Amino acid sequence: MSHHIVEAKDVEYSYPDNTEALRGISFRITHGESVAIVGANGAGKSTLLAHLSGVFAPSRGLVRIGDYPVTKQTLQHIRRSVGMVFQNPDDQLFMPTVFDDVAFGPLNLGLPPDEVDRRVTQALNTVGVANLINRAPYKLSGGQKRAVAIASVLSMQPDVLVMDEPSAGLDPSARRQLINLLKSFKHTKIVASHDLDLVLDVCARTIVLAEGKVIADGPTLQVFGDASLLARSNLEKPLRMQECPICSLSTNEILQTLK
Amino acid sequence: MNKIEQRWLELRHFDELATRDSIVHRIHPSAKLITTLVFLAVVASFSKYELAGLIPMFFYPVFLISLGNIPLDMIIKRLLLTMPFVVFIGIFNPLLDQTTVMYFGPFAMSGGLVSFISILIRFTLSVLAALILVATTRVDAICAALSNLKVPRVVVTQILFMYRYLHVLIEEVIKTIRAHSLRSPQSDGIKFRVWGSLAGLLLLRTMDRAQRIYQAMLCRGFNGEVRIARSWKAQNSDFVFLITWLIFFAVVRSINIPQWIGMMLMGGYQ
Repeated sequence: MSHHIVEAKDVEYSYPDNTEALRGISFRITHGESVAIVGANGAGKSTLLAHLSGVFAPSRGLVRIGDYPVTKQTLQHIRRSVGMVFQNPDDQLFMPTVFDDVAFGPLNLGLPPDEVDRRVTQALNTVGVANLINRAPYKLSGGQKRAVAIASVLSMQPDVLVMDEPSAGLDPSARRQLINLLKSFKHTKIVASHDLDLVLDVCARTIVLAEGKVIADGPTLQVFGDASLLARSNLEKPLRMQECPICSLSTNEILQTLK
Repeated sequence: MNKIEQRWLELRHFDELATRDSIVHRIHPSAKLITTLVFLAVVASFSKYELAGLIPMFFYPVFLISLGNIPLDMIIKRLLLTMPFVVFIGIFNPLLDQTTVMYFGPFAMSGGLVSFISILIRFTLSVLAALILVATTRVDAICAALSNLKVPRVVVTQILFMYRYLHVLIEEVIKTIRAHSLRSPQSDGIKFRVWGSLAGLLLLRTMDRAQRIYQAMLCRGFNGEVRIARSWKAQNSDFVFLITWLIFFAVVRSINIPQWIGMMLMGGYQ
């Protein structure tokens, strides 16, 4: 199936103040792949994600989602197939209740009320927060907000899920639930994150950005094994790939460090 | 906790009233909205010097407060908060209009005093009605009712968003003020000069946020119209509620009931 492919060709983008955010980015993500986009602060991750959902249009180059190039004319189609989860759930949950918020997308697709109801229930069940359906978004905890934000995108049944820092601000247990949830999705997933342990769990492939360019693109384990590459992009090996500073010591040494 | 934060928590608490359940909560939002609007119009339409004729109108808020399970102290607190505004509207009436229009026992009451009291009564009635509507009807329901009444979409959307982001904005204000007070331990308030940059900062942040929200909306297929899915089915009881109150208002408006009762008791009709 070609309609789940995400492709960027020489994408360049400058902000109105002439800051060059992207300087010729190319990659091709195929159906069902799970890809992490990592890089230092300001490397261009969020800008790149904004291109995938058509929020920004490239100054040069082309983004393709499935059979459609991302242009003004195809935006409706693009937005139907790309589900974007924003970094801050407060930006995404703008309706007075959880129900209205999750129903927002399906209603805009022009679906009949029964189908909207069905999709809302299904999406909330998938993320495990069906009990929150009548709550107001501002009364939810951070983890619940994140879950509802994901549900609000799932209810549109997108082919591609794009997420910006999905684990930011979550407590360890909410983060673990999120990881399990992401692993259960069959969608093509594109995740921008500084949480490399999450990336290790969820994404088989990693693209490293630095100063608006792709400096590495390959299997996650291989990318994270390259210490000098990570150092160049202000990253560290995921904790699980680092030698445990406590286990590697003998009992006496541990006692000494604790003194 | 600073004052803004306290008020905010009160507001949130007040907000939760609407999610409770009672006979009044279950009435169709459109029926409640129309009744409230007509109530406001009728209250405003009484003549400038009307006092006694307005009194029966209190039956409406009292009835709904008792059936709607609304804590009276919360309503009265909100009512008093808005009181200063109306006092200033009418405060000069007694000075400007000094002709005697009625006697209250031995006291001669000037037209200005009567109209001032009339304004206070009207104000109390109107605010009570509005508070009751908000305390028994959720904002999404009110908005759905407004759009049923063919209020322009833009207005309805504005109300929805204002309500949603009021909380986010207050949270930001609270955080900003707290950050300021933590770094200025010796001063006990925000200096006049700092207000400007604080307000500017909030404005910029708000604009940034508006941009991001708009993007989030576009990503989910927004094309200029916010649709609300929920519909409330009107039942016979909703019509009964609406019609009964409309008749009641009409009667109160056209017959001065206290005067009538007084005449009955004094034997005025003989």
